[in-house]
Amino acid sequence: MTARSSGEGTRQAPHFQVRDCALIAQASGRSAQNLRELAEGLRYVRIGSIYYHFWGRFLRPTFDEPEYNNDFASWTHHDLQDNTLAERLSVINPADFPDLEDLRQELVDVVEARLDESESAGWVQAPRHFYFIQAQTIVFDTGAMVEEPRQLAEVVPRMSSGSIFYHFIDAQRRTPDHTDDFSQWLADLGDRYAELRERIVAIDPYFASIRQLRGELSELLTDFFEEGQL
Amino acid sequence: MRRELLEQYARVAGEHVISHLEQLAAPLRGATIVHVNSTREGGGVAEILHKLLPLKEALDLNVRWEVLEGNPDFFACTKSFHNGLQGTPVGMPERLLSAYQDTVAANAEKLRGTLEDADFVIIHDPQPAALLQHCSGRRGHWVWRCHIDLSHPYRPVWKFLRGFVRSYDASIFSLPEFAQILDHPQYLIPPSIDPLSEKNTDLPETEVAAIFSRFGLDPELPLLVQVSRFDRFKDPLGVIAAFRLARTMIPVQLALVGGGASDDPEGQAVLAEVREASEGDPDIHVIDLPPDAHRTINAFQRAADIVLQKSLREGFGLTVTEALWKAKPVIGGDTGGIRLQVVNHQTGFRVRTPEGTALRIRYLLHHRDIMAEMGRRAREFVRENFLLTRHLQEYLSLMLALRDGDRERIELGAS
Repeated sequence: MTARSSGEGTRQAPHFQVRDCALIAQASGRSAQNLRELAEGLRYVRIGSIYYHFWGRFLRPTFDEPEYNNDFASWTHHDLQDNTLAERLSVINPADFPDLEDLRQELVDVVEARLDESESAGWVQAPRHFYFIQAQTIVFDTGAMVEEPRQLAEVVPRMSSGSIFYHFIDAQRRTPDHTDDFSQWLADLGDRYAELRERIVAIDPYFASIRQLRGELSELLTDFFEEGQL
Repeated sequence: MRRELLEQYARVAGEHVISHLEQLAAPLRGATIVHVNSTREGGGVAEILHKLLPLKEALDLNVRWEVLEGNPDFFACTKSFHNGLQGTPVGMPERLLSAYQDTVAANAEKLRGTLEDADFVIIHDPQPAALLQHCSGRRGHWVWRCHIDLSHPYRPVWKFLRGFVRSYDASIFSLPEFAQILDHPQYLIPPSIDPLSEKNTDLPETEVAAIFSRFGLDPELPLLVQVSRFDRFKDPLGVIAAFRLARTMIPVQLALVGGGASDDPEGQAVLAEVREASEGDPDIHVIDLPPDAHRTINAFQRAADIVLQKSLREGFGLTVTEALWKAKPVIGGDTGGIRLQVVNHQTGFRVRTPEGTALRIRYLLHHRDIMAEMGRRAREFVRENFLLTRHLQEYLSLMLALRDGDRERIELGAS
């Protein structure tokens, strides 16, 4: 068992290798107490920090907050109490952007537009700072293999939160068309699973928790194979 | 024996968690890891180390724990550091600073060989921080682990300590707001509790019930418990004020359960203040326990209806974690690591004043169903986030990251 560097995908057709992951957080050294400082931080933090504040919530100690589903929106609502901006930030779906730099630019644009709208918005001091955090990802091999798609219906409901995160969310950074590892694997198996693949790709992970995501995917797989599609 | 220990943790935390630990430990086998702190008994750091080391050993890691030896002047100085780092303006008399430097130098003489040869040295809190400057032949990675609330340090104290800390390869803080401007990576790792320890293991109901007769409590009255060292930052006098306010609205009793740490010279003075404030009140029970009374503290937390931790400053608040693990809602001070654990209406309530505390006591005692639901949620919250296994996973990840460079992704293979 050895540590090896990144770069390997999980598509080792015909088997699907189940992996797991954890995030280890680091302080970036940047924080913001008002909107101007938030805009400044957004421009200059490492790109991993933008990723963490959109997706890290899935794997850290918190309770679901479906209304404000990224950390920028949540802080803007709870601490700056600027609900106009919180709503605009919350509706940003990272899947709509080809890469994280485009997502960063969108965040900067939205915050700057708010600063243009309201002179005072930039100087409201939040009682608590926003701390920009970045994370390293540790990827584990569970040793489990799925040999054929039907088995996914049994395996997915038992997957850990880290596995769901890795194969569904982290995969968006690794897969060529920014989807998930399940649908990538199915694509490698040919047209036979095209419909199942389409259904999985249609799941939007951003507006769910890991638990909901696992439930939705499990249900989808069970329904598909019970329908006798294959 | 080692396998058996891992299996015990697997039963509580899950098989996959142990598999992660084994994968992380494999590349580190053969490396020497040394932890250094300033007390072997009392306080959260010693408790964590007592449990972390056997688990590391069970993973075949070569690990040691060294404890700094010091005289009363040294501990007076480091207590002053502790208070200063948590924001209290303190004096730093030359006599005490000399005691600090001399004590660390004397300890370095004794420990130099061990520390310089180690692959990883984890230095806990300010007391041993200056050891690094005495180990110029060090070959491993040195990490400063800060367990205390450094969000608003008294600047002269931090400036003094920063001179030692800046030379480390990395530091660890429990929360992002504690991180400072330093040139090395600053990891964010909350501490943890050990679910198998005497402090947290399940207890027979009879043992829990026996607490009432043993300490003269009324089994018919709802019980509020705060467990903590007798320390002003834990605000025991504020707890008494909150209790007295709550009692005007609902019958209730309070137990302030504390123990001393050998590196805390102020404990006795604070205990005396608490005894004076509660004198003559039959519903306030001030209980000073020895540092190894883990099972008794466990029973108190389980006997409580509500656990309080009304701290004014708090590094993390492991007593909060312990209470949540026992499915108790917690009313905690809105500070430090309590914010990470006590989520309003989910696992308890965060408060800023004795008045707010009294209000929440009253609310919870009138809504037993909500209390039960909060307790259930609290236990799962701890299981997922604050057990020793997660803590060790992050330590091992950090060591791999230091060894392999600051890569964004580390991939581990199956055995």
